[in-house]
Amino acid sequence: MTTPLPYFLDSIWLIPLFPLGTAALMLFFGRRLPNSAVSVLCVGSVLVSFVYSVGAFLQLRAWPFAALGYWPEKVLFDWVPLGAYHTDAGQLAQFTAEWGFLLDPLSAVMILVVTGVGLLIHIYSIGYMGHEGGYYRFFGYMNLFMFSMLTLVLANNLLLMFVGWEGVGLCSYLLIGFYFLRKSASDAGKKAFIVNRVGDAGFLLGIFLTAATLGTIKFTELGPAIQQMGLSVGAPALTAIGLLLFVGATGKSAQIPLYTWLPDAMEGPTPVSALIHAATMVTAGVYMVTRTNAIYQMAPEALAVVAIVGALTAFYAATMGLVQNDIKRVLAYSTISQLGYMFLACGVGAYIAGIFHLMTHAFFKALLFLAAGSVIHALSGEQDMQKMGALWNRVPVTARTMFIAALAIAGIPPLAGFFSKDEILWKTWSAGDIGQILWLLGAVTALLTAFYMFRLINLTFFGKSRVPKEVDHHVHESPAVMTVPLVVLAVLSVVGGWVGIPAALGGSNHFEHWLEPVISQPPGVHHAAALTDGAHHDPTEYVLMVVSVLLALLGIWLARYVYIRREGLAEQLAARWSGLHRLLFRKYYVDELYDALFVNRAKDLGTTLAAFDRRVIDGWGVDGSAWFTRFTSRVSIWWDTWIVDGLVNLTAWVVGVFSYPFRWLQTGRVQNYALVFALGVLILLAYYLRGIL
Amino acid sequence: MQFFQDHILSVILFTPTVGAILMLFIRGDRENVHRWMGNLFGMLGFLVSLPLVIRLGENWNTFNPALTDFQFVEDVEWIPSIGARYALGVDGISLLLVLLTTLLGAIAILSSWSAITQRVKEYYILMLLLQTGMLGVFLALDFFLFYVFWEVMLVPMYFLIGVWGSDRRLYAAIKFFLYTLAGSVLMLLAILGMYFTYAQQTGVYTFDIRTLLEAVPGFSPALQQWLFWGLFFAFAIKVPMFPFHTWLPDAHTEAPTAGSVILAGVLLKMGTYGFLRFSVPMLPDAVKEYSQIMVWVSIVAIIYGALVCMMQKDMKKLIAYSSVSHLGFCTLGIFALTPHGLSGSLLQQINHGLSTGALFLIVGVLYERRHTRMIADFGGLSTPMPGFAAIYLIVSLASLGMPLLNGFIGEFTILRGVFEVNKHWAAWGVVGIVLGAAYLLWLYQRVMFGHVTHEENRHLPDLNLREYATLVPLVVLCFWIGIYPKPFFEIIDPPMHRIVNRVNPGYYLVDPVKPLPAPSAETGTTSATPGSAAVPPQEQR
Repeated sequence: MTTPLPYFLDSIWLIPLFPLGTAALMLFFGRRLPNSAVSVLCVGSVLVSFVYSVGAFLQLRAWPFAALGYWPEKVLFDWVPLGAYHTDAGQLAQFTAEWGFLLDPLSAVMILVVTGVGLLIHIYSIGYMGHEGGYYRFFGYMNLFMFSMLTLVLANNLLLMFVGWEGVGLCSYLLIGFYFLRKSASDAGKKAFIVNRVGDAGFLLGIFLTAATLGTIKFTELGPAIQQMGLSVGAPALTAIGLLLFVGATGKSAQIPLYTWLPDAMEGPTPVSALIHAATMVTAGVYMVTRTNAIYQMAPEALAVVAIVGALTAFYAATMGLVQNDIKRVLAYSTISQLGYMFLACGVGAYIAGIFHLMTHAFFKALLFLAAGSVIHALSGEQDMQKMGALWNRVPVTARTMFIAALAIAGIPPLAGFFSKDEILWKTWSAGDIGQILWLLGAVTALLTAFYMFRLINLTFFGKSRVPKEVDHHVHESPAVMTVPLVVLAVLSVVGGWVGIPAALGGSNHFEHWLEPVISQPPGVHHAAALTDGAHHDPTEYVLMVVSVLLALLGIWLARYVYIRREGLAEQLAARWSGLHRLLFRKYYVDELYDALFVNRAKDLGTTLAAFDRRVIDGWGVDGSAWFTRFTSRVSIWWDTWIVDGLVNLTAWVVGVFSYPFRWLQTGRVQNYALVFALGVLILLAYYLRGIL
Repeated sequence: MQFFQDHILSVILFTPTVGAILMLFIRGDRENVHRWMGNLFGMLGFLVSLPLVIRLGENWNTFNPALTDFQFVEDVEWIPSIGARYALGVDGISLLLVLLTTLLGAIAILSSWSAITQRVKEYYILMLLLQTGMLGVFLALDFFLFYVFWEVMLVPMYFLIGVWGSDRRLYAAIKFFLYTLAGSVLMLLAILGMYFTYAQQTGVYTFDIRTLLEAVPGFSPALQQWLFWGLFFAFAIKVPMFPFHTWLPDAHTEAPTAGSVILAGVLLKMGTYGFLRFSVPMLPDAVKEYSQIMVWVSIVAIIYGALVCMMQKDMKKLIAYSSVSHLGFCTLGIFALTPHGLSGSLLQQINHGLSTGALFLIVGVLYERRHTRMIADFGGLSTPMPGFAAIYLIVSLASLGMPLLNGFIGEFTILRGVFEVNKHWAAWGVVGIVLGAAYLLWLYQRVMFGHVTHEENRHLPDLNLREYATLVPLVVLCFWIGIYPKPFFEIIDPPMHRIVNRVNPGYYLVDPVKPLPAPSAETGTTSATPGSAAVPPQEQR
């Protein structure tokens, strides 16, 4: 078995490397390159990555997994070799994170989506960013993003995935803040980064706990290690890992409670919103949960949390999407909502349905953003839908492709969104009691989705024109370099779901079969009903299908009724329920709440502690001891002056006082001495002679 | 050549001193000659340290991580009457710190070219003497020698802050000097305690560190605890650990750029070096007893430092407080007493020297142009200074722990080691990482993004070649450690394993995790043999 890997499988490590090369080139020499060279290099490198991804995908289809039992892996070197440590079970394990890439059906799907959609968006950007300053910087960051995203997807272990994970976060920060002259843009970038970091903290702890529990962080070893450690379904450690990793996912994939950065992220250029904040980066959480399904399959409580958070986010974000007037913000809330669907799918164990929706969503949501960008472009930068309308024939390609995307996301058959969303709802329904409650949330969300999407379509393309005069005569369709990607994405939004037509509709669900091998089956749990395409179908599946299509149609009709048929009705409704409208419009005041609870408290704490340093530690402690030293030295000076020297002086004085009479005697004159001597002799004589006389 | 091989550590140690002595004989008003001389010997000092890791010829012995003893040892009698010796040597703990010192020294000297215009001669002489002092601390294998260098180093630093510093320089210099001195007096007591106890037990008077490393763990527990606290204050003040940290912001803020670079890059590492070299291996029982306190003090430093950073108005002060936070990670790793904690700590010391050194250089670049350090005086600098913006961003990212840059590897390794002991500790550490991103990016935003807010900033010149030359090597090293840290771990790990064996003798003796079952076709998740095994793709389908 020493045959080398076939060429493209052996070269998967090059797939992220191509865009990295051009990114480095841009950041170092981009300023000196003409725009045409920048375009050729940066789009070219993504194209090459795409070709390599297709090649790898084709060769992977020929991979004899059934015979070998493993997927191709390419390890370049040991990246973080930390050596021996103790696991929680008290055993000695080795910590090594390889710089290694794993290509299995799951990562193969992802690299195709990332490089494919990425390529289209890069091409579109040539037109969209053509007359912006910092063209090279934009493409440099975009290529850096491609590198990070592809590393995230291809990584064979959690830590290398974290490299991509943080890398996409960094590129997101840089690209949101691309127009760095605008304070709102740099604020939004910073907010995105920091909120993501909160999530990443969870991810990091998840990695630690995985290593501590299982003794490995390699994806392919997770399942076997769980078995070998004898961990049972619902083991607390596994639940904790699942929850911690999911905290990371809520950050990156903008779920409750860490979703607040994504709407603000719309400050970035529109192609960025399409690539990063719709099609690829924000889906990283879904990918990660699927990638680590070996853990989640053993942690039903964690999965339940994933499902509930997903369903709630789907509904919650959709409600906010109902009332936004900024065309990109509507799409941002829609993205959060759709990501919620994907997590809902993962949470009920239907990872494949989640990935399926991830893929179709990448097509139609990228299209929606790019089309929105084309509209904004046509209107000289206007994003407020209140100043649009009646553009259907003035930007024909954009309007028609966007209409298709809206149908797709609303879930109208046979477009892509129908199959993937329906799959999720059906799997949710069949996941038991709680599943049916979550299904209800999902179904209502489907209604809301159709409504706000067609609200957007109607406000933008139909009705009366509200375009201001001075903008009106500039309105034009975008150049081919922008419309061609729209058309390609529109085609994908139509046919993209056909790879996963469920057996119930006579399809053979290639997509599910392709991904099945990467989903591990927990012992004793049989997803047979959910996973096999047996001949007998639950009639409920058809009923649910019809229900969700009807809900979508109802949403579309309502939107048409409110915004076209009965003009002014929307304003009346908003006025009637002004409290609710304001609550939704102001995004439930969550930003204000977070500011009050966390941001400002952290700042206050910082101020307090700085004052503590100044007043207490320095004031009392350091300067206090300095003062004390000076004080004691004063005391010693006083002591020295008055006590020590005083005693000395006192002694001297006493001696002086007592010696005074003697000094009086010590005159130094011989005559005086002679006198005293004579007197003494006389006295002595007198004494002795006393008896005689 | 043979002489160089035999005395390489002495050559490294005294090359700067030779430069300083030569400069004494040159007239002070020939400023450019002094600049050239200072740079020449700074660079020379770095170059002579490279042969420690780079082979010069066939018979050249570089540092060998596999050896357990000190290497390149030089050992001669110095003051025989008290048993003090001139003994030098390096092991995996000191090697990287020595290289960091020579590199940062050369860079710091280069960065002073146009910043220092007063008393140029004295400045460069003091910088070179400072180099010798710091290198001596890392190289000494004799406690007496160690203590001499430890104190000698204070003097040039005192003058560097006090003479070439900014407005409150005297306050800062005296605070720095007295604070450190107070700690080191206690250390002297501890050293004498070891010296006399050892003499009492064996009749031999020696300051030899290698001997004492073996003997001190055998001292009575009560004495060990006294020794621990004696050493602790000296090292904790140097690190600085909370609550002994307040000299640092003052010293950093007031020192000239090069002084800050050296302070942050090297001087602080003496405290952590002291813990790794002396406290932990010599007094394992006392260390184990107090490790909890040390860990909590470290965690407080991490979060406290980060929170205080947020609200600073002065760039240098902000970065100084970030050092408190980052050094908190280093001490946290040490007192986790696990292999990953210890290795990560030492690596993070290097990382901090590189990235925080670079951050101070960056502030220096701005200070030299505008003579202010206040954040509010800047804003929108990305427009006039794009090259500076790029480097500054990379350095900030390195400092806040972005993967593929050095800080991430260090912090990850430390926290992994800490997690092994107590999961809550690691969780608190992670909070510090989140805050790190917040204050560094906020600083970056306020300085670099937006429109130019002050007219005088509109035409600030971008980095010149000399400034690139100071920053690029640091950036390259940041990437190196971030992408391929293996060579560093190979140097760091063996001595850390020996420390773990002292503190926790059974650590490496527990059962290994059983090898994973061979891949089987039935389960979806399997392990794979990378690259080596494959079957022609045509076989299936």
